[in-house]
Amino acid sequence: MSLIQVRNVAKVYKRDTFEVPVLNNLSLDIPEGEFVALMGPSGSGKTTLLNLIAGIDRPTKGNVVVKGTDISTLSESALAQWRSDNIGFIFQFYNLIPVLTAFENVELPLLLTKLSRAERKKRVEFALAVVGLGDRMYHYPKQLSGGQEQRVAIARAIVTDPLIIVADEPTGDLDRTSAEEVLTLMARLNSEFKKTIVMVTHDPHAAQRAHVQRHLEKGDLV
Amino acid sequence: MRVLKLIFKNAFRHKLRTLLTVLGIAIAVTAFGLLRTVYTAWHAGLDMAAPDRLISRHSVSFIFPLPYAYLDKIQRVPGVEMVTYANWFQGVYIDKNQFFARLAVDAKTYFEVYREFLLPPDQYEAFKKERNACVVGETIARQYGFKLGDVVNITGDIYPGDWQFVVRGIYQRRDETVDGTQMVFHWEYLNERMRTDAPGRDGDVGWYIVKIADPNRSAEVSSQVDALFANSRAETKTETERAFQQSFIAATGTIVTAMNFLSFVIIGIIMLVLGNTMIMSARERTREYAVLKTLGFSGGHLVGLIGGESLLISIAGAGVGVLLTFPLVEVFAAALPKGFFPVFTIEPITLTLAVLSAITVGVTASIFPIQRALGTRIVDGLRHVG
Repeated sequence: MSLIQVRNVAKVYKRDTFEVPVLNNLSLDIPEGEFVALMGPSGSGKTTLLNLIAGIDRPTKGNVVVKGTDISTLSESALAQWRSDNIGFIFQFYNLIPVLTAFENVELPLLLTKLSRAERKKRVEFALAVVGLGDRMYHYPKQLSGGQEQRVAIARAIVTDPLIIVADEPTGDLDRTSAEEVLTLMARLNSEFKKTIVMVTHDPHAAQRAHVQRHLEKGDLV
Repeated sequence: MRVLKLIFKNAFRHKLRTLLTVLGIAIAVTAFGLLRTVYTAWHAGLDMAAPDRLISRHSVSFIFPLPYAYLDKIQRVPGVEMVTYANWFQGVYIDKNQFFARLAVDAKTYFEVYREFLLPPDQYEAFKKERNACVVGETIARQYGFKLGDVVNITGDIYPGDWQFVVRGIYQRRDETVDGTQMVFHWEYLNERMRTDAPGRDGDVGWYIVKIADPNRSAEVSSQVDALFANSRAETKTETERAFQQSFIAATGTIVTAMNFLSFVIIGIIMLVLGNTMIMSARERTREYAVLKTLGFSGGHLVGLIGGESLLISIAGAGVGVLLTFPLVEVFAAALPKGFFPVFTIEPITLTLAVLSAITVGVTASIFPIQRALGTRIVDGLRHVG
């Protein structure tokens, strides 16, 4: 059975009195340990699909089942807890908290767990070491380059040891070298740490790092 | 602990903005404290008023005197325990800015009725024995450096002439709410001078102070006293001491009410200042709140973060404001004519109100930003450009 099962999912956004269909009865299976790239033009619905898989949005119709749990039926608080337990997020614009150091940013998701301070420290140090920023733990985001900020965001995504990592244009705001570093890191997370990764990207070069590429157009998989 | 740290760091993310907000709140709290202090000083007489004391004055106005002959009649009214009397003397000590109550009183009974003025027995005896002796309150004794045996020269205005009094007693206040600014001397001394210097003005007293046995019978005793002098040339109006004090305050009621109203307007201003800061901060952090929600932080966490920040700023402002209130009240008191307010201290209730108001403001100012943060969908928040 696939880790992620998207079944007949439709998503319609309401803009004032208009209804804008974004996904049309879409179904998709992603096996555990897969590295999938979702590609497509702007407005094709790839980020919406990613958001549904990550549990930060709800389908208008259909179900999203992750490891046997139908997340479309969970309450807001249960969904928040589910995200905390199962999903690691990587955003295009890193979305680090500017007043927190790299260490504190990575530690954020662990504050929702019952881990002791010492255990949290151990995990944060390990995550930062994995992304190669063990020596920048106490730097603030503004003291880091874009590539380094994204690596801190990756450390934050993996620090809870999530089942799935979702990445929305993770290299979209980076120069070529930094983008390459980030993609190598993601590939390593998939191969070495067996993380299932779902990545949205415009960049064909980035998509090549994935095992599977799925294309969306006007809300349908093509 | 980390969440507290985040609240603290968020609060000081824009140091200048936070500093200005804290200062704004501090100034408002200080103004609130000062206005409330003036307001409570105005009402201090009411707090001092004893429930078992009635004031019997001329029914037309307080400024008209009553015959001394009423004393015996009032004393015979059932329920009356003791009667004393007083006259507003006024006069000028040094200059007109040196303001404190100067009263001609019945030396034998005044301190028996006003038990909150604590006068050592030896000084009390000395006061009673000497015709031109006076007793001063500890507050004015401290202000003017009066000592026992000092001579106080007063220039009369209502009662013209030069008047000399010898300080034979300094009374202490039973507690902070008691007026420590009175100067009292023998009514007989005044009456004798009037008999010789202004015949026709002798034999009058300003008002009677009637101590009653049962405060629950104040209305009944008042009616009986007034009934004694109904249709006479000087009818009386007898009321509780509190009602008597209130009639004074009523004369300046509009100002006092405006002052009270203003003190609460100030709270509204604080709320707008802090509310504005919190709304700006929350709007700028829309995406961060969405990220936190994405990571699994609940609505409760966001309430804690935003509410905590708002409270931190409001409490910091209240703290600075309360600290500033003390010197400001001192400066204000020094600028007033001496003794203008018999009791001019910052009441604990004023400080409590100021701090409670600031906390209420902190909570209220965070409601809209919290609503906004909770109501914004994660996907919209992540798209927000702030």
